[in-house]
Amino acid sequence: MAKTIIQKVWDRHVVAENPGAPALLYIDLHLVHEVTSPQAFSGLRERGLKVRRPDLTFGTTDHSIPTHDRSLPIVDKVAETQITQFEKNCRDFGIPYYGPHSAKQGIVHIIGPEQGLTQPGMTVVCGDSHTATHGAFGALAFGIGTSQVEHVLASQCLLQTPSKSYEVRVDGKLKDGVGAKDIILNLISRIGIGGGTGCVFEYTGSAIRALSMEERMTICNMSIEGGARAGMIAPDDTTYQYLSGRQYAPKAADWDRAVAEWRTLPSDEGAKYDKRIDIDASTLEPMITFGTNPGMGIPITAAVPDPASVQDPVERDTLGKALRYMDLPSGKPLLGHPINVVFIGSCTNSRISDLCAAAELLKGRRVNPKVRVMVVPGSQQIKQQAQAEGLDRIFKEAGADWREAGCSMCIAMNGDQLQPGEYSVSTSNRNFEGRQGKGGRTFLASPLTAAASAITGVVTDVRTLLG
Amino acid sequence: MEKFTTFTSRLAPLAIDNIDTDQIIPARFLKTISKAGLGDQLFYDWRYDAAGNPKPDFLLNRPEGRQAQVLLAGDNFGCGSSREHAPWALTQYGFRAVISTSFADIFRGNALKNSLLPIVIPAEEHKKLLAAMAANPAATVTVDLAQQQLTLPHGSSVTFPIDSFAKECMLQGVDELGYILKQDAAISAFEKKRTLTINTLSAA
Repeated sequence: MAKTIIQKVWDRHVVAENPGAPALLYIDLHLVHEVTSPQAFSGLRERGLKVRRPDLTFGTTDHSIPTHDRSLPIVDKVAETQITQFEKNCRDFGIPYYGPHSAKQGIVHIIGPEQGLTQPGMTVVCGDSHTATHGAFGALAFGIGTSQVEHVLASQCLLQTPSKSYEVRVDGKLKDGVGAKDIILNLISRIGIGGGTGCVFEYTGSAIRALSMEERMTICNMSIEGGARAGMIAPDDTTYQYLSGRQYAPKAADWDRAVAEWRTLPSDEGAKYDKRIDIDASTLEPMITFGTNPGMGIPITAAVPDPASVQDPVERDTLGKALRYMDLPSGKPLLGHPINVVFIGSCTNSRISDLCAAAELLKGRRVNPKVRVMVVPGSQQIKQQAQAEGLDRIFKEAGADWREAGCSMCIAMNGDQLQPGEYSVSTSNRNFEGRQGKGGRTFLASPLTAAASAITGVVTDVRTLLG
Repeated sequence: MEKFTTFTSRLAPLAIDNIDTDQIIPARFLKTISKAGLGDQLFYDWRYDAAGNPKPDFLLNRPEGRQAQVLLAGDNFGCGSSREHAPWALTQYGFRAVISTSFADIFRGNALKNSLLPIVIPAEEHKKLLAAMAANPAATVTVDLAQQQLTLPHGSSVTFPIDSFAKECMLQGVDELGYILKQDAAISAFEKKRTLTINTLSAA
């Protein structure tokens, strides 16, 4: 029977299927970070357990780590304790990790692919919902809670029930100024943030095939914002070219064997999906969110919807509450709305191509003096590459702040945050109330839209600045 | 884990769709390395003012909210971040069940591992329950996991779905890890035949 890539990866990892219990699924790669793992390591110690496969486990510090000068001490003692404890846990249990001073430290979902740890056909988990990112390689990758982090540490397995399959087909050619972030924000605005609950997305179609690996990662990253725990893209030559030569990628004869195996992964002709949606890439505009969840998004020239036009009372209240929090009127576009902060970073949009796109627009221009602009590379390696290419100078000369790698203002755990009432245009993935700092208000958008808005100081359609 | 037993309780209604885990427990409280104290931080930014004082009008700060062991939430409860701190905070506050029309996948899994029962009911029943609560805020429901039944304030009941394995774990008060570790032979056998053409970390 014709199978989807989702089924194929699942089938290859089932360890046991006992009556009355979910399947036991083997995990090929377990990524751990400082925030969602401490209680799992405590659990192991209480039960006297070891980490079964430290060789399939990898750690980094990203969420609570400051992004200022790393030679300075960490001011937040609670965060410092968490980072110190994480390093101790990795050492005690024999897990390789990139600590705060490693030249390869970075956001967990940036460094997995960057180091070649993430590979097609793998099962990948991490105590973080944006683990979906790794699906861009044709891996089945999903976020888990801390109890499951403990399960995987102890057994390299998880109890799982299969998800439904949901084909997201994107055909057509993107217009100038429109990119991967706009595709995923458009999808989520159509299906809502619960639209993919119980499903794994597979992104297919000519527009997806035409994307680079970094763009594919941006799309898969936000699968969870559409409710799907995972989102996959079948591997192809773009995937293999990206992976070839990376530190943990197979080498020589192993590489040839691996590619041959990976070529068996794409969904079979005629494979059935439980759900499907079609998107015409050629009709897309730059997208921006106006509300307090990523599903509340609109094309940048469109008007903010009016709660009075919503029939369901709870839905109406939810939209009304969002607009009150955002302090926005309905019925007109966000274009021209003043902003205080621009954040370019996060596991969604902090890769070298994101930084290049923003830098290209900022080159020879100045950011609006009223706007605080933070550029936070996803990893130290990206930072080094950007500096080698002179991007840091472009950002600094434009008046932006060039920082160390980490999650930073995407989750605002490390001191990088909005003040109450401030508005940001952010390349991150969540606009929940307080996500970027208590009382802060977030407009999610692409790196291009963020850079354009940084220049003007108001929400801006990047196409008006493109030559 | 304690065994999950049948109970009757008042409801705390929070009829908002898509309540995300950043609202349930804001990220700045995730710097802890333990589970202690999270109940006081539950719904922090909705529950306390800028000075950190409890807002008297927020339900969870009022005596009737304190008495409720069941949260009645809008659709797609627990979306967003995978933080298990969310069910830890809810159970530490005193909740034993959350009723909604749907739950986000990761939250649902996390809740079940902490003896917090996610009860999915049809939209019509959800509307009726909200109406019953509006008419009588002291109305109660009875949660019977063994029978998978929720008895509503007016006496009728609805059946709710739950994964049978998670149900048994909750009724017996055991966690999944014990079961998984008993599969050690199967895991070892799988590892032996696992034809990994990819480099493992140790091989790099």
